[in-house]
Amino acid sequence: MPSSRKGDLLTRRQFVAAGALGSAAIASGCRWSQRSDWQFLSEDQARTLAAICDQIIPADQFPSASEAGVLNYIDSQLMRSYRRHRELYRHGLEQAQAISRQRYGRDLAELTPTQQFEIVSALEAHEGPFFTLARNHTMEGYYGSPRHGGNRDAVSWRMLGLSEPPPLGRAQYDLTKGGSQ
Amino acid sequence: MKRVNAIVIGAGAAGGIVAKELSVAGLSVVLLERGPWYTAADCKKDDLRNQRTTVLGNAFGPEDAGNPRVWVDEAGQPHIALPSEGAYQNNAACVGGGTLSYGAQAWRYLPQDFRMRSTYGVPPGSSLEDWPISYDELEPFYEQAEYEIGISGDYSGTPFHGPRKRPLPMPPLPPNREFEILEPAAKRLGLHPFHIPMARNSVPYNGRGPCMRCRWCCGFACEVDAKNGSQNTVIPVALQSGNCELRAGCMAKEILTDERGRARGVAYFDANGRLQEQLADLVVVSACAIESARLLLNSKSRLFPNGLGNRYDQVGRHLQGHHYTGAVGYFDFETYDDVGPGASIAISDYNHGTPGMSGGGMLANEFIRLPIHMVDRLPDRTPRWGLAHKQAMREWHKRSIVIIGPTQQIPTAEGRMTVDPTVKDKWGMPVARFQGNVHPHTFEMGEVQARRAAAWLTEAGAMHTSIMAGNPALVSAGQHQAGTCRMGTDPKASVVNRDCQLHDVDNLFVIDSSVHVTNGGFNPALTIMAVAYYASSSLTRNWKGTGFRS
Repeated sequence: MPSSRKGDLLTRRQFVAAGALGSAAIASGCRWSQRSDWQFLSEDQARTLAAICDQIIPADQFPSASEAGVLNYIDSQLMRSYRRHRELYRHGLEQAQAISRQRYGRDLAELTPTQQFEIVSALEAHEGPFFTLARNHTMEGYYGSPRHGGNRDAVSWRMLGLSEPPPLGRAQYDLTKGGSQ
Repeated sequence: MKRVNAIVIGAGAAGGIVAKELSVAGLSVVLLERGPWYTAADCKKDDLRNQRTTVLGNAFGPEDAGNPRVWVDEAGQPHIALPSEGAYQNNAACVGGGTLSYGAQAWRYLPQDFRMRSTYGVPPGSSLEDWPISYDELEPFYEQAEYEIGISGDYSGTPFHGPRKRPLPMPPLPPNREFEILEPAAKRLGLHPFHIPMARNSVPYNGRGPCMRCRWCCGFACEVDAKNGSQNTVIPVALQSGNCELRAGCMAKEILTDERGRARGVAYFDANGRLQEQLADLVVVSACAIESARLLLNSKSRLFPNGLGNRYDQVGRHLQGHHYTGAVGYFDFETYDDVGPGASIAISDYNHGTPGMSGGGMLANEFIRLPIHMVDRLPDRTPRWGLAHKQAMREWHKRSIVIIGPTQQIPTAEGRMTVDPTVKDKWGMPVARFQGNVHPHTFEMGEVQARRAAAWLTEAGAMHTSIMAGNPALVSAGQHQAGTCRMGTDPKASVVNRDCQLHDVDNLFVIDSSVHVTNGGFNPALTIMAVAYYASSSLTRNWKGTGFRS
């Protein structure tokens, strides 16, 4: 069974975030991983994907998808459970760039939010399989368990008003009743 | 390897019970299980990798690599399904089987559920049939299951249940907020709400403590071991008897037969992938409906060229599960109290008696929805993405209730599984292949049930509701899979007799949901368990050392 322990999955970006925890060991660990921020994505692909994910879950008073670590989630799963989706991501991100350059002559990541919304809507209309995958993976990264690199600090669960950490060991039963054996 | 009296294949709901009953009766037993033995320490509470939400794989098996199945679409085109995909119809692969991680609803079927043909006639094109055994014959074994596995709940609120001699051994968990919202509404509608029977400790029982009411239940192993499956009840008893050896990580390849056509043992791949032969006086197949049928079909020999029990092409037919339909209600007040397991209240008023319709199903509130489950259960006109979706998540996650239920499926002979002619698993064995569907009457009934769920939610104060129903293109067998080795009296129209013994081979038994003639309008686990106690009782009664009384 593939390990899902957090330590195995940290990218440099997460190391930087984790640095806030003040661990010297973690901080020194990032020196030799500077060559690439991502396990699968190129820097260009990551910028494009971040723009798409942040249209799927934009920032308001709570973080956007990329701010909550959704890219860490998708990038690391493209090395694990989602290896089979690599080709669709490559294709979809290329198409996103192509549409963006064709309409506005610039990379998707450089457009205004309104323009990005338009491009992502076009992706939904014309690149359905890729868009649905990216949409579902964004939701998983944002609303799923933080152990996989997304939902940083359980931010979406806090947003929904769920107690974090969750209550455990609640004794809402009456030991004086029942149990006939 | 030393010859034993019995080999039981599959350590799930049924196999664990059979192993316990046989070993306690004095038979030497080898219990084979393809998966590992997990414990409470393996409860990772991973929203994306458990046995219900499997986007990152199945937590309790099988793993995606090397375990494909095939499904055939309506146009006749075959497709590969991975274990973590819905079309695979997965249950689990581990000690305890589905009972390690199930939601643990522990229902008795109703007396009519065993007499569907007599009650309704046969819808044209269906294979609706009566069981050869009745509710009354199973009743003592339902009770045995309730007390040995450990069930909490309270049937006193409803007249819609079969006769029973003893109450459940544990009281229900105290009501959660959804129970308190839904109970008076159901009563106002003239319905009979009550506490769902659950294989979950509400008080200390069997040496383990009660449920701590956390958010992560259905699909997860229980962190405090308060959920009762075969892995923490009957299997430990079997092992303590001194007569049972559990071999985990062992995958059965085929049932071996002798020149007289009797079972002589099992060939299996051990945990190191080596082919082994275990000889025995009798063999019990308890691998769940799909894998049990596959093993019979893959056990071919000169005397059984089409597989065991398959002389009349019956193995794999009548594949069924449940057609889940229901509704989401959206409220202007908080319905969410974070008190697990969430599912708490049910009605069985609608299991039978809908004019002009066959069968029906129980309706109950859903297990606690984790945020990832809510993503696609927002009000109907919510955009799939964007700020409006995010806002809707905030607006509705704690102000919604889902009522859902397992509509009884009307089986067909053509809704079935076979083994694929070309696709093989990592051991080189032909894999299960699904085609056909259950009878369309099932979907009409499901639609009616969904509207009833919506009406209950509306009465409870929902401002609006979303219906969850439809016509799935593929049989939805999944964790409730059943029916592939039908129990019956006619050897040409069934695979096993009323004692779960193959018509063809007197020392070979199929004891699990495969034998269910129909699958009730309830979660099937307790019925699988009751049938396992019942069949074990016949088996040990007729056992005379090295063979059977004729």
